[in-house]
Amino acid sequence: MTNGFQIVVCGSLVPDPLQTLEPVTTPQGPGLKNETMLPSVLDPWSAHALFEAAHLAKQVAGSKVWLVSLGPKAKLQQLMMTVAQKVPFELVALDGSASGFTDAHGVAAALADAIGAIPGLDKSRLLVFGGCASASRDASVTMQLVGERLGICDQFVGVDEIHVQADGAFSVLERIEGGEYLASTCAGAPAVLAWATGNLPEPPNNPQIGMGNMRGVMPALQKAKPAAVGVGGIAYAKTEIPAQKRQTRIVKDASTDEIAREIVEWIRQ
Amino acid sequence: MTMKDVSQTITMLPGDEIRQIMWRYADRFDMQMAVMGARSVARGLIARLVADGERNTHDWTDAKNRMYQAFDESGITAAGLDMAYGGIIDGPRNLALSLISYELAWVDGGAATTSLVNNLALGPIVEKGTPEQREKYMRACMPPAPGEDRKIWRGSFALTEPLPYVGVDTGVVSGRVSVAEWEEGKEPILQVEKRGRFITNMAVANFITAAVDTEDPRIKTSCMVILEESDEGVFDRGTPTHKLVHQLSNTADPIFSLKIPASRIVGGYTIKEGVIIPNLTHSEIIEAVFSRTRVGVGVMSAAKLLSAVEPLIRYQRGRFRGAAGIEAGSPRYDLGLQMKEDALHRLADVWATGEAAASLGFEISRVYDQLTLIEKEAHQIFEAQGVTGGRALMKALRKPQSDAIEMLRLMAQPEGARDEARIAELKADTLVQFVWLSAVGNVLCPACKLWDTGYGANMLREAVSLMGGYGITEDCPGFLFQKWTDAQLEATYEGPEVVQRRQISLTMNNEVFLAQIELWVAELRLLGAAKPETGATALAEGFELWRWMLAFIGDAKDANGRPLSQSQRHGVLFPMADAISWLLAVRSFIADVQELAARGPEHPVIGPEIAGYINTLTDLGHMQVARAAGEVGRIGAELVYGYAAPAEQAGEAGSAFQKLRAKMEGSLAGSRLAKDRVGKALSQVMIPEALDYPL
Ligand SMILES: Cc1cc2nc3c(=O)[nH]c(=O)nc-3n(C[C@H](O)[C@H](O)[C@H](O)COP(=O)(O)OP(=O)(O)OC[C@H]3O[C@@H](n4cnc5c(N)ncnc54)[C@H](O)[C@@H]3O)c2cc1C
Repeated sequence: MTNGFQIVVCGSLVPDPLQTLEPVTTPQGPGLKNETMLPSVLDPWSAHALFEAAHLAKQVAGSKVWLVSLGPKAKLQQLMMTVAQKVPFELVALDGSASGFTDAHGVAAALADAIGAIPGLDKSRLLVFGGCASASRDASVTMQLVGERLGICDQFVGVDEIHVQADGAFSVLERIEGGEYLASTCAGAPAVLAWATGNLPEPPNNPQIGMGNMRGVMPALQKAKPAAVGVGGIAYAKTEIPAQKRQTRIVKDASTDEIAREIVEWIRQ
Repeated sequence: MTMKDVSQTITMLPGDEIRQIMWRYADRFDMQMAVMGARSVARGLIARLVADGERNTHDWTDAKNRMYQAFDESGITAAGLDMAYGGIIDGPRNLALSLISYELAWVDGGAATTSLVNNLALGPIVEKGTPEQREKYMRACMPPAPGEDRKIWRGSFALTEPLPYVGVDTGVVSGRVSVAEWEEGKEPILQVEKRGRFITNMAVANFITAAVDTEDPRIKTSCMVILEESDEGVFDRGTPTHKLVHQLSNTADPIFSLKIPASRIVGGYTIKEGVIIPNLTHSEIIEAVFSRTRVGVGVMSAAKLLSAVEPLIRYQRGRFRGAAGIEAGSPRYDLGLQMKEDALHRLADVWATGEAAASLGFEISRVYDQLTLIEKEAHQIFEAQGVTGGRALMKALRKPQSDAIEMLRLMAQPEGARDEARIAELKADTLVQFVWLSAVGNVLCPACKLWDTGYGANMLREAVSLMGGYGITEDCPGFLFQKWTDAQLEATYEGPEVVQRRQISLTMNNEVFLAQIELWVAELRLLGAAKPETGATALAEGFELWRWMLAFIGDAKDANGRPLSQSQRHGVLFPMADAISWLLAVRSFIADVQELAARGPEHPVIGPEIAGYINTLTDLGHMQVARAAGEVGRIGAELVYGYAAPAEQAGEAGSAFQKLRAKMEGSLAGSRLAKDRVGKALSQVMIPEALDYPL
């Protein structure tokens, strides 16, 4: 590896998971009650991808991170007040719906076009990161579709770890059934990595990083191109919140052993 | 969509976009980032500390100490510093610091205090220190950059002394400074003897800014000095204060007996005929610093009131869920206690108080930001005129003062009919701006500290009571009990209520401030005519009544022939201070709602939903106007009739008062209906599934 990676992370906003998410039908198709007003967070899966990207960029000299976000511009701006303080990146913004009901094909096409248009993009150094799933658009196909459109065939899904060697080759751990990992080695970029949770904690807000990022964030938002994504050809017959299955109990001062024993018993039932 | 369509109400509680417009930082990304940084620490680490019971001891534990690092990393520490010293806020910082205080106090007031106290210690140095002092201590307080191996300094501010010494009366300082050694041609070495009481940050402080007086004839006046932990002598951090509140800040009674070089006198000194003359006395410095920092304390109480709304709604709605016979989907299941009008109305009162308190706090923060930008220039002008202070300053201020009054009176005239060129000319005058903003600030600031914390504490008690028995338990969501009792300290430190009332009782007489009231009255009348639903007319009448009362006490004598306006007559002056604070708080709130009405509709995110927000917030303002008007009427009645002899019935004054009071009260039409609508909105507003910080 001489020049480092170009790591492009695909990630956008989802409603804050603590909010009340109530499906409703709108003239534009299915949506959520008070959707525009719901406070949002960076989609947790792509957030992991972003933190892993920044971590990798730090390790491999010459690397750079972009964040490609498709969402309502004004809401992206609000989101950036937090996200821009986490890790250094350059924003590429697309102005369009980030609703959970958009068609993954349309979204992937818009993202792939935006990635392809990044000035100075060098495919031989390109790693496309994203989430393996989404807290709202859980089609679990978006990253694969982006990869296909960019002509990148080395794709890893449910990634928890990447380990880069001196020559640019890397090994990857992907989640598979039964709590096990599939370990692979890849000769090098380009590749698509759709992340599970990774191993990194959420970095604390750092205002210095924030001030650095904001210089690029505001212009990026200003020139964000409209992306015509929507429900596409999908007809939604019915939308509903998954029924809550968890039985929750509040206990105080229980030891970890006790809690673990109870969980195991519950799983066995 | 028309604004008068009152059927639409708020869909969700006000979020960041609404607040950014109301509190005027929508285009300040540095402040928005600071808010997010503070919020992540508050609802993360700090909430965890409270939930884990760290408040159950007044000792300064390792867990509590972790807050400092979090403050350093997230920019909270740096928000108090100049950009040259790693700061993150470009320009004046009053609004930014108030917003941080708001975010932290949303979870815990003590933690907010811990974040602000370093600014209190640095304040005298930043505002009044010599260039060398500023450089040294600001640099020392700069959070280390990643990888940098440097210990950051933290400070304390020591004014208060063990009984029977300084407390409310900052004039009587017993701490002493004297000359210890003074070799010919060398810098004098001073001996400082200071005992502190209730000094915040003593568990960690590396330096102290301390107020001391002198009996040494070789030192001319009192002063503030900077003490360092490595100075020669006794630096005893003292025993921790056994606090029942704010346990996430550390407080102790320290003892200092130290030798320091004279260069530690804040603001420097000169030597004349063998006498050290400090450039500034301790009270001059305290005056300059405290007037600004106490705003953040008022904002703390405001944040806690607003933070109580969501947990209370959740409690009320879920009150009967799971009980035998309460079926899902039935009104009792869905609405719980919110079926009852009283529960909704009382919650509305808590909310309205929080809104008015916050609006007042942020308004005065913005006034101070503006003032910061021009005061330096103003002082340069005075210097160029050879004005050094005291009498000369009073004289130099006379012209700008009458200019400011002229400007405000012109502005109060109807648009189109007034002399805009003259207004523009006066507005462009630095000294006019200076006296105008100072006059407004000198009332708004103590009003914020007094009303937000004092009345805020009362309403936090109300919030606790709305939670029933849950309210007094450790498990109460939103930590309401702690927030209530903490408010008692917020009403006390940085100048208790008596100090604020005393200050208002002086500054409320300033002719420039009174001209500002005339302008507000004119603006409120216009607003009231255009939008009666705001209650602005009743508020205008309230200000008019207060003005009349001020004039009344200025002339009136009691039945024993004693003038009512004597400066020691707290029984007259302090209620007047309370009355104006009620009016100012709700005026700030109404102004913020009008800002939202002007700028909200074009906002891409909230625009489509804005009508509901404007309607409900307008209703909240309206019901708060009624509450404030009620206070002014009551206070007026006590003052006008209470000092008269039974036979007199206050004579002509009485009938003049009755007329004005009747006019004010007669314009309260609809304010109770507004309260009904707020209640309804509270029963319909969508809230998150769970609180975003732990219990
Ligand atoms: C937790 C905590 C932290 C603190 N942190 C600091 C700090 O970091 N640095 C610092 O210097 N100080 C600090 N203080 C001190 C604080 O500012 C004082 O407690 C406050 O100013 C009140 O003074 P006092 O307690 O001596 O009350 P007192 O002066 O005894 O006042 C009590 C009451 O007496 C009445 N009263 C007193 N004087 C008058 C008067 N002239 N006219 C009318 N009524 C009057 C009023 O009703 C008043 O409320 C702290 C206090 C606490 C509790």
